[in-house]
Amino acid sequence: MNRRDYLLRKILLAIVTLAVVVTLDFFLFRVLPGDPIRAVIGRNVRISKETQDALRAQFGLDKPVFPDQFFATVGQWAQGNLGISWSLREPVGEILVAKLGNTLLLVTLGQVLSIVLGVALGLFAGWKRKSAIDVGALTFSLIAWATPTFWLGIILLAGGSTWLGLPTGGIVEPGNIGKPFLEVLPDVARHLILPTLTFTIVYLGEYMLIMRSSILEVLSEDYILTAKAKGMSHWQVLRRHALKNAMLPIVTLIALNLGFTVSGVIYIETVFSYDGLGKLFQTALDKQDFPLLQGAFLLLAVAVIVANMLADLLYTYLDPRVRQA
Amino acid sequence: MSERRTLLKRNLLNFWRTFRRNRMGRIGAVLLFTVLILSIGAPLLTPYQPTDTIRDANGRGMTFASPSEHGPLGTDDAGRDVWTQLLYGARISLTIGFVAGFMAMVIGSLLGILAGYFGGWIDSLLMRTTDVFLVIPDLPLMLILVATLRQLNTGFSPTVVLIVVIGVLYWTSTARLIRSQVLSIKERQFVARARAIGAGHSHIIRKHIIPQVMPLMVANTVLIISSAILTESGLSFLGLGDPTQPSWGTMLNFAFARSAVSNGAWWFFLPPGLAIVWVTLGCVLLGNVLEEIFNPRLTSHHLEGEQHMIARPDSPPLAEGIEGGA
Repeated sequence: MNRRDYLLRKILLAIVTLAVVVTLDFFLFRVLPGDPIRAVIGRNVRISKETQDALRAQFGLDKPVFPDQFFATVGQWAQGNLGISWSLREPVGEILVAKLGNTLLLVTLGQVLSIVLGVALGLFAGWKRKSAIDVGALTFSLIAWATPTFWLGIILLAGGSTWLGLPTGGIVEPGNIGKPFLEVLPDVARHLILPTLTFTIVYLGEYMLIMRSSILEVLSEDYILTAKAKGMSHWQVLRRHALKNAMLPIVTLIALNLGFTVSGVIYIETVFSYDGLGKLFQTALDKQDFPLLQGAFLLLAVAVIVANMLADLLYTYLDPRVRQA
Repeated sequence: MSERRTLLKRNLLNFWRTFRRNRMGRIGAVLLFTVLILSIGAPLLTPYQPTDTIRDANGRGMTFASPSEHGPLGTDDAGRDVWTQLLYGARISLTIGFVAGFMAMVIGSLLGILAGYFGGWIDSLLMRTTDVFLVIPDLPLMLILVATLRQLNTGFSPTVVLIVVIGVLYWTSTARLIRSQVLSIKERQFVARARAIGAGHSHIIRKHIIPQVMPLMVANTVLIISSAILTESGLSFLGLGDPTQPSWGTMLNFAFARSAVSNGAWWFFLPPGLAIVWVTLGCVLLGNVLEEIFNPRLTSHHLEGEQHMIARPDSPPLAEGIEGGA
């Protein structure tokens, strides 16, 4: 398969997945009893039948669900119009955008830390195979895999707040809400310690395992033997030949992990009352705020699909075997 | 037929020998079976019911009693015995995990066998479907599915809803695994022989394909169960479990929502989580070892310290043995 075909396939997959997500998101919430008009009239029973019908006609709800309503709704979504939240009475799009920054901060920090630590530890474990470090690293990743993210969060929350005096939740102390970001940065950092730590521990194991098996595979290649035979030191072999090649699977894993990252975000933000998309999703679930759930799902799914596609494209650029084929 | 039965017996014995030698698998089996026994024997191991309020000498309910005040694991915010809840919660968690895992296995194996055996458009459809589901973030998808199903008043209990949602979303990896296995099996000689003497598709699938992939299906189910138990705990923690039938996840939801953490009631939030880790670890260890024994093509495993051939000369894998007898 040449590179263009590969790229086309990946882009096509992203488009199909997007279509599945949009269709699912539309029909799943449309099978619910009641219709979106409820968002406008709420529980106000005094609005007459005529007015209700007029409203339905205005929103196109008198037309068939498919294709008219479906394409009208998807068109609205494409313009960023995701409806009105039932519980917050604000446009869903604006609510989501307001929470996006906090989540991105947490995810970026957590991912960078877990990748850097995971790669370093995996490299070391593979290099010193069967040593105590290696066995310890494997045991750690196995147990980390079996540990529910939210429970790890609860334990760190209990330990961190009791023994280290760290904050139990939120983004900043109540007194600092609304102040400029830079002014409250130390407070933000203090609130980020525990959620980031949870995030790092949860994702570290997997990066470590992949890096370890990847470096083991690379180290058995002939060109490594050649490099050693040339008289290069261990460190030089690792840095100049092994590392670059062993890093490739990590790129794929980052892409595959994105969906998994979203679950982590929902659990961790819930446990630490961290004011981001994950916490918002949980609140919407609690309050049965369906427009908000619908919008949040759409945003999270689209983000993962797009990021996944970008990672695939990046992969073709990084791996010369795909690039030149 | 009798030749076949002897072969099966020999293979089972070989399996048992390999399994006994494998320390990881033994640990996994012990972890899993202790919980199974504890959950089945729950009424014998505690005098209370999960909903009973424990009262002190003055008849007052004991809320957040520590293990030293009320053994062995204290009480929760409503004065209910944590140890009792843990034992009965095991039943719910394990039931959901096992039934959902089994469901995923049946769906995945069926689709995997059909796709692998018939190939063509069925195969392409299956592979593209799994590609799509790999990308969609699964927790948000499950959350909105459970939320809508509950809103629809289908009449099913929250527990059944959880089982169905986990079951119908977790079949993709099984389908891919079984498919690749069937692809290689259907090229073997005994299938060609069966076809040559006029055996139909359904006969070949039932008599030749399914017995071959069965062991792998079992191993895979154990692994799926571990994921199902973990997922169930998460969904229940987020409030989607049945409050009248609390699983370990629901217990943690209660503990968290009713400030067990700020009350320092570690006996309320530590044990359910440890139980989840215990069972999940058991399933993973057991499942990995089963997969290693049953799948000779897995030359090495990422959890294994060294790279070696799993198929040892003295223990032919189950699948290869039956083939000779067919």
